[in-house]
Amino acid sequence: MDSDQGETVGTVRGGGHPDDADFIEAVVQHTPTTTPDAPDEDADAPAELTGATVSYLPVATRRTGPGPAPIDDPRRSDVDEWGRSEHMRSIVRRLYDPMYRYWFRVEWEGLEKIPADGGALLIANHAGAIPSDAPAIMHGIETELGRPVYGLADYFFRTLPVLGTLWSRGGGVPAHPDNAYRILHDQQQLALVFPEGTKATSKTYSDRYRLRRFGRGGFVEIAMRAGVPVIPIAVVGAEESMPILFRIPSVAKAFNLPYFPVTANSLLLGPLGYVTYFPAKFKLRVLDPITFDVEPGQDRYSRSRVMDEAERIRATMQDALHDMLRERRSIWFG
Amino acid sequence: MGSRVLITGLDTFWGGRMAQALEAKPDVEMILGLGTKEPKVPLERTEFVRSDQKYSILSRIVRATQVDTIVHTFLETNSSAVPSRILHEINVIGTLNLLAAAGASGTSVRKVIVKSSTHVYGAAEQDPTWFREEDTRTGPVRTRLERSLLEVESLVRDFAEDNPHLEVTVLRFANVLGTDIITPITYNLRKRLLPCIAGFDPLVQFVEEDDVVRALEFVTANRVPGVFNVAGEGKLPWSEVASFGGAHLLPLPPIRPRAFAAPFTRTGAIRFPPEMEGLVRYGRGVDSSKLRAAGFEYRYTSAGAVLSFARANNLRRATSATAPEYRYEQDVEQFFRHSPAVVRGIDT
Repeated sequence: MDSDQGETVGTVRGGGHPDDADFIEAVVQHTPTTTPDAPDEDADAPAELTGATVSYLPVATRRTGPGPAPIDDPRRSDVDEWGRSEHMRSIVRRLYDPMYRYWFRVEWEGLEKIPADGGALLIANHAGAIPSDAPAIMHGIETELGRPVYGLADYFFRTLPVLGTLWSRGGGVPAHPDNAYRILHDQQQLALVFPEGTKATSKTYSDRYRLRRFGRGGFVEIAMRAGVPVIPIAVVGAEESMPILFRIPSVAKAFNLPYFPVTANSLLLGPLGYVTYFPAKFKLRVLDPITFDVEPGQDRYSRSRVMDEAERIRATMQDALHDMLRERRSIWFG
Repeated sequence: MGSRVLITGLDTFWGGRMAQALEAKPDVEMILGLGTKEPKVPLERTEFVRSDQKYSILSRIVRATQVDTIVHTFLETNSSAVPSRILHEINVIGTLNLLAAAGASGTSVRKVIVKSSTHVYGAAEQDPTWFREEDTRTGPVRTRLERSLLEVESLVRDFAEDNPHLEVTVLRFANVLGTDIITPITYNLRKRLLPCIAGFDPLVQFVEEDDVVRALEFVTANRVPGVFNVAGEGKLPWSEVASFGGAHLLPLPPIRPRAFAAPFTRTGAIRFPPEMEGLVRYGRGVDSSKLRAAGFEYRYTSAGAVLSFARANNLRRATSATAPEYRYEQDVEQFFRHSPAVVRGIDT
């Protein structure tokens, strides 16, 4: 309101340049804001009528006054700009908690390596026809550390009715470099990505715990740009919760799906198998955070450096997985 | 010397609003408005010139009046308002003639402002949550409106490249809500029936109509060439928009929603132009920080714009008042502006 009138006053008094913001501000401070001595005098009365209240009239009203006072950000839901709703998350957490506790019996190791504040890019190995690792990781961190996790995933989820909306309300965000940068750098939140992508979830049981290629190392570049650490999480158990026996590409093509798996669950339980996991014991190990000594905020980083770092992280995770599997005595009891 | 401004589409909502806003600015020496019909708002000193949609007389007007700023508000961003052939005529051919007139040799024009729309980004599943000005759309161009706006922007881009001495500003406005404007979305909210696609509740972004005018004023008064997104901060779910507006959601099936909407659109129960389909499926967000960094201050967030509409709508519903339409009488207006009998500078 002040700035509107101030601009008019400033230019009238000084006859100065409208660009001269400092000057205008100075004038605003020393000018009573009630009656600007602008030549447009008949603006006063209509401004009282139309400006003070919300105008209900069509365009025929005269609008030269400052208009109604600006409105603060009013909201009726707690859906944030990514589509995540804390209310929805708490419902999901309540429903998922028994599964987390008694079905998968999730066990964490090194959870203290995830910072309590500040952005960090969490990466994990991915498995299961319909991946069971993402909900477990998000649930674990949200309940243990009390901070939200945004799960970056393929935009394919957005195209699904109902599921896509639930996915979004539950903290799913389409994986796009700009989205990741905003979450990590601007908002200093935790983001979870699976660098292998669908190559990992579509692999058959015979390839279990064999890490796929880490894309083009995009996650490293994002972390470098955002100036946040990468924190790898090695997950054991998800592979056995819904193992894929083989895939049917023609069905996937017909329904426009990334892949169509035939799982052990579906052979045992029929269609119900696509919503039922085997009760494999989940063990999650948080590895040491990796920071990059590069200048954040650059548009591009050395391709070879990015690929090297991605490969090194992949090797570290592969080693950790082998280490955990060496210690594991039973798929179901850990 | 003050600036001499030419506004296109004086008879439309934005042209009228912009002229009113500029009239209050003493450093604007002359305001000239082009329109196909008479202005629908009372104007003090704006000169009105009737022209056709294609502005065939524009270059003569520009030469005769020596305008230095052109504010091109007359771009149609609602494809349900006009037939597609007219849409092309207004947007593409109109802009073409406008730019030809502005770029003629020895032109007096120094600045061109184009009011575009975030429809140019489209709405697709691969979109980033926030589009920046330099981002291009990810999905194919499906609607006539988007195609025509993209064509307009490419014309403007070429024009800016060919005329580096001119200051060319393109403002891409998000969907507008406010106290007075009528768009397909406000039409639906007024009818208390907001179409949505079953199972989808996308996040959408709005800009308040006062912020639209203020943004246009801002770029008119300041030196800010380039492309800028203009949208309120934050996003909100489509269902929340319905809740604010007191409207029911009308779920359409995810497959061929427009075919199912046809009976409703034909009877006038809802408006559902093609460009709205992508919006209610995937939503759209634009990063408006570039204009903010240039010094513009928003007065409304996205949700604030929705509330601004809702409040005005509540009042409209409570009083069901309609104001008498302003009638522009050429002779009377000319008399007040130019007759030596009128003593200027006093309150009339």
